[in-house]
Amino acid sequence: MTAPAYNFAYLDEQTKRMIRRAILKAIAIPGYQVPFASREMPMPYGWGTGGVQVTAAILGPNDVLKVIDQGSDDTTNAVSIRKFFVKTAGVKTTTTTTEATVIQTRHRIPETPLGDHQVLVYQVPIPEPLRFLEPRETETRRMHALSEYGLMHVKLYEDISRHGHIATAYAYPVKVDDRYVMDPSPIPKFDNPKMNDCPALQLFGAGREKRIYAIPPYTQVVSLDFEDHPFEPYRHDASCELCGATDSYLDEVITDDRGTRMFVCSDTDYCGTRRAMGHGTAAEDTEAAHDDR
Amino acid sequence: MYVAVKGGERAIENAHALLADARRGERAVPEISLQQIDNQLALGVDRVMCEGSLYDRELAALAIKQARGDMIEAIFLLRAYRTTLPRFGASEPIETGAMDIRRRISATFKDLPGGQVLGPTFDYTHRLLDHTLAQESDVASAATAPVDDTPYRSVADLLGDNGLIERAAPQEGQGADVGDLTREPLSFPAGRDLRLQNLARGDEGFLLSLAYSTQRGYGRNHPFAGEIRFGEVEVEFFAEEVGFAVPLGTVFMTECQMVNQFTGGDTTAPCFTRGYGLAFGQSERKALAMALVDRALRARELGEETDAPAQDEEFVLSHSDNVQATGFVEHLKLPHYVDFQAELGLLRKLRAEFFERNGESETPMQDAAE
Repeated sequence: MTAPAYNFAYLDEQTKRMIRRAILKAIAIPGYQVPFASREMPMPYGWGTGGVQVTAAILGPNDVLKVIDQGSDDTTNAVSIRKFFVKTAGVKTTTTTTEATVIQTRHRIPETPLGDHQVLVYQVPIPEPLRFLEPRETETRRMHALSEYGLMHVKLYEDISRHGHIATAYAYPVKVDDRYVMDPSPIPKFDNPKMNDCPALQLFGAGREKRIYAIPPYTQVVSLDFEDHPFEPYRHDASCELCGATDSYLDEVITDDRGTRMFVCSDTDYCGTRRAMGHGTAAEDTEAAHDDR
Repeated sequence: MYVAVKGGERAIENAHALLADARRGERAVPEISLQQIDNQLALGVDRVMCEGSLYDRELAALAIKQARGDMIEAIFLLRAYRTTLPRFGASEPIETGAMDIRRRISATFKDLPGGQVLGPTFDYTHRLLDHTLAQESDVASAATAPVDDTPYRSVADLLGDNGLIERAAPQEGQGADVGDLTREPLSFPAGRDLRLQNLARGDEGFLLSLAYSTQRGYGRNHPFAGEIRFGEVEVEFFAEEVGFAVPLGTVFMTECQMVNQFTGGDTTAPCFTRGYGLAFGQSERKALAMALVDRALRARELGEETDAPAQDEEFVLSHSDNVQATGFVEHLKLPHYVDFQAELGLLRKLRAEFFERNGESETPMQDAAE
């Protein structure tokens, strides 16, 4: 059997049109989850099918695509998705954030600030920020319609009374354009501030749950908090051991079986670019890197 | 020191090469053919076609071979192929009453027009391993009855003549377009057409357990297997160009008409209610389970309590699809370094505050590990 010839970027034009309509609606109602007829993709649900469909629907032949997972271009699933688009769309790909016109991501926002010529496509597992408080879709849709977000505030309050902090370290809920409470996908809350007033268009695709939502460029995105417990982005007590960055999100790497660990940038492009620019071995930072409280 | 995560691309290619190698297995053993799978693992092919929502024995057999016998993986392969196919329209409703019957049993009447036809079945076999099958076996061909072209109406229809069972969904649906959850996102409450589509594609194991739970009291609906039939039915498509329905071919199907306890009362005469199951190929367990779950999901419509899992439409329909379920469960294998790091940071902070509050320090063991 010969391999069937697929359309540009795999999806047929009919499907792309359907997805583009959903995207346009999502942009028109920032933060609102638009149901769409998600297709069965040749990769498993939960592995980025939503992001892949959004990317396939917006990709043009002149686009330059970057795919990251956990901030890195080299993680297995990022490699797999990038290869999928090389194969089905033949587009140019890059690992350099500034060169990309479309960036598909899982769990991170690049450290390098995005521009207004770029689109960031998020892979979303559970698009509903209220899902773990109310499992029923019929209920949560009603709650969104009525802006009934008391339950979420009670949850955050209970966190504070129990732990002294809001015990959400990733997928930290935000309010978009002062209307919809939205799940930012499982990015660390470190990344939340980057969503606010961002020049790039941010699109979110949840394939299994069949939802698309969006943050248009330059939209207000506020992480939920209380006046007396303001949102605080996660801060590392270390710096990158490879490039010395103190402002990036760090991965912890265990380097031997005695628990020795080091911290390195999760954003491999950011780290690599800095090292290429001569920021280096971070000798002066090594001590800080090991001093993990 | 630092083990770079570069090289993912090569690693993936190598892993896939290993997979192909393992799939083929010992080269001295003859390779299995699609015909062998189709013929000798026919019920597996039936299941893959049914849950893969594509009636094509050869492609299903190919999927089973490629998936190394992993049925859910095979179903996934078939689904991913199906999604790329163009759609010309919907067929005319198939007429199971005109089925060319291979097997047909009723648990409600000892005899009925057309009789009980056992056909090929595991029922009444003693489940003793047959060691003669360990070698190539010489199986004599079985005696068969002459083909009987008489259409036999279903037990539910016969009961319906006397008004003893509710009419089959006297719905607007008759003749109208049926929904397709592969083209439109499912929303709740779903119509029965979409519910039945969802169940027909649903995981056999999931439906089996739900059906079993209704029998054990979680949403009991007093079922009788009015009839199960398996055989060949003709599929017709209404062609606009010629102005009439043209036959496309035949498919093997299993249909289950479940007869369940009463509805009616003050304003309508009491009558039995229906549960319906339909599956590609010979898939009796699936059809029975589907019929039980279909009936359970009608609880609200029939004014019954809806407190059991099998009666909860959103719960059942959202979790029945094994391709969705396996994808999301298995995605836990993907890296979660970033989120885990965020949780780790939070936990360390909470622990530090805990020990500060209680004037203790962490145990020496943990100190060493730090």
